[in-house]
Amino acid sequence: MSTAQDQIRQTVTSNDVVLFMKGTKMMPQCGFSSRVAGVLNFMGVEYADVDVLADAEIRQGIKEFSDWPTIPQLYVKGEFVGGCDIVTEMTLSGELDALFEAKGVAFDHAAAEKIRAANA
Amino acid sequence: MAIEAREIETLIRARFPAARITITDLAGDGNHWAAEVIDESFRGMNRVQQQRAVYAALQAKMAGAQGELHALALTTKIPD
Repeated sequence: MSTAQDQIRQTVTSNDVVLFMKGTKMMPQCGFSSRVAGVLNFMGVEYADVDVLADAEIRQGIKEFSDWPTIPQLYVKGEFVGGCDIVTEMTLSGELDALFEAKGVAFDHAAAEKIRAANA
Repeated sequence: MAIEAREIETLIRARFPAARITITDLAGDGNHWAAEVIDESFRGMNRVQQQRAVYAALQAKMAGAQGELHALALTTKIPD
């Protein structure tokens, strides 16, 4: 019935890390999306990027799916992690590293430390 | 389409009467805001749950393309 919901469920269960964002990981179209994509890119995380600007049904559907009103939205192993503010906080506190480790997601530890050093 | 800091605070205050609320106009354009909400009721909630609760208070202003609140950087904390 609800194809957008099915499509989103399919996307977050078949990819370890998914970022719903405005624009693409190579060309973000919004500062908040750009910040999260930048962190994942810098940390060398393999992730699927879904450009919500390319599909109005996904753009609305992801807000309902996550019960979260804003973009970007990060999913790890099918679980909603948060938006830009939460991901930023978790990056700086080291919680994002811990989450990736717990979920078996590969990332560059040294790069994560560099982000923290630069924002200390 | 712009919104005022007082209006944002009032909406959050309605849901969190005892919270410490700080609203900052990030760009000076009435469009890009930061809100910090410190409230006892967040205890026991994870960050996603805390921020969902604040978003719920602001729902009317964030709805769809007509939303007056275009960008809100949100920080939620539990009092020390």
